[in-house]
Amino acid sequence: MPLEQASTLAALENADQEFLWTLNFGPQHPATHTTLRLILTLDGETIVKAVPDIGFLHSGFEKLGEDLDFNQYVTIVDRMNYISPVANEIAWHHAVEKLMGIELTPRCNYLRTILGEMARISDHLLCTGAAALDLGAFTAFLYAFHQREVLYDIFEAASGQRFHPSYTRVGGLAFDVNDDFVRKVRDFVKDFPKTHGDMCRLLNRNRIFVERMQGIGVLSKEMAINLSCTGPIARASGVVRDIRKDEPYLAYPDFDFNVVCAEEGDCYARYLVRMEEMLESLNIIHHAIENLPSGPVNVDGDSKAVFPEQMSVYRSIESMIHHFELVMPNQQWTPPVDEVYGCIESPNGELGFYVVSDGTGVAYRARTRPPSFIHFAVFPYLIVGHQIGDVVAVLGSLNIIAAELDR
Amino acid sequence: MPFDALCNFLRERFGSDSFTTSEFRDNRRIQINPDRLLAFMKTLKEECGFDQLSELCGADYLKYPGARDRFGLWYILLNTTTGERVIVKTFLNEPDLTIASVFSLWKGADWMEREVYDMYGVIFDEHPDLRRILMPEEFVSFPLRKDYPLRGRGERHNFPVITRAES
Repeated sequence: MPLEQASTLAALENADQEFLWTLNFGPQHPATHTTLRLILTLDGETIVKAVPDIGFLHSGFEKLGEDLDFNQYVTIVDRMNYISPVANEIAWHHAVEKLMGIELTPRCNYLRTILGEMARISDHLLCTGAAALDLGAFTAFLYAFHQREVLYDIFEAASGQRFHPSYTRVGGLAFDVNDDFVRKVRDFVKDFPKTHGDMCRLLNRNRIFVERMQGIGVLSKEMAINLSCTGPIARASGVVRDIRKDEPYLAYPDFDFNVVCAEEGDCYARYLVRMEEMLESLNIIHHAIENLPSGPVNVDGDSKAVFPEQMSVYRSIESMIHHFELVMPNQQWTPPVDEVYGCIESPNGELGFYVVSDGTGVAYRARTRPPSFIHFAVFPYLIVGHQIGDVVAVLGSLNIIAAELDR
Repeated sequence: MPFDALCNFLRERFGSDSFTTSEFRDNRRIQINPDRLLAFMKTLKEECGFDQLSELCGADYLKYPGARDRFGLWYILLNTTTGERVIVKTFLNEPDLTIASVFSLWKGADWMEREVYDMYGVIFDEHPDLRRILMPEEFVSFPLRKDYPLRGRGERHNFPVITRAES
């Protein structure tokens, strides 16, 4: 199909507006962090119009989801929001388990909750650290990345992989955690408040930082709802909504935590909401690791959803057949022929998967609802009327992850 | 309002045979005819309090067991005050892949509709800027359709190469 000239770009380029000039921002620019492009129309240094151009990192993840089975696809969802990969895994298997009607074991619920909250801290550390870096506050960024390193070590202790753990499986986890994991999480819970305090002291009243964030990119509550915003961005605009509270999943009903909200809706409010959310997450991790239930981490092997124990595969013919059936493409799981939408509160907002199943072990359609994609659509509304220098402040506060944006 | 009350309200407004409902897990779905989409959405937004369009996408049901229609679209609406969700489903068939845009109700529909157009070729009437969003502009197919092969049709080999002098 032939494509038309983008009407929105042409509209401003008539004769009486010759004083406007166009600036191409990206796709490669240090402040975009990944690959995204903005076409800015400027009057002097004031932005009159911003047109995002995305798709540079599009790699057909959703098409792959129609080819890989429910366990294999977890390696792909890992690579969507690679800042907090475990959150994506939890979201994917949350939707798949909802489709199959699997109830997880208490231990698995707690472990997934701990990992999900650590992913939230990791994501918020990168977002606030990098936002500070873009505005010239380099030290806070280093403090944030030190703790992210610790978190990567914890993910490695649990799954054997630092960056893309691929840790969840249908009906449970790849392996149970060991004492080393528990010790590392306890150390992290003890050490993290110090880093958090350091970052707060460096940034919260830093005049340069505050003046570049306050009043910039204001998103009203009505706009936030109308533009489908979720997560910290909506909460910073006064939308009191958190899927962990409103549609509880995993072990969240067991914990007492606050939903952090603000009313201003500017970049600074989004920053403060993220900083405060990290402490709430830490609180959840603390309670979860101290009350970690014992028992199996996977659902009962008789349900045929999970792989049998390795030793029983060697010793009994039933387990061998069971194992074999789960890896053969023509056997595998038999979910109902139906479709389901399951979502979780990922660090960035509502991360959902719409799984259409045709009764086989491979999704017929695996649609992702990517929060970055939806939040980047908000960007043109936030930046108009501000200066070029504010582009990085607004981009940083929205936490756009291009791999999730383009999938 | 609970799902039953919502269905009764919509039946009164649009007639009892204007939609069908189904439920699965906690997903509650209303299936409607595509030509009445905008009227339904307007009622749901303005009178039933579904103020957020939380998700919009579609699927190609070409090889789906027992499917009678080709393209399905789903609109997941959310009431941000009460936390209720409802999924509005509608189906489209070739050659008429045109449906009303809900951009006038929810600005958040902008990019989501562009993505559906990009991936399936569904045309959204009165969308302000319906262009490809993820695929390159020169792309001619709709990659998430089921008759499009997983490994593509060799488009990568035919990308125009830009030399330094031209750039």
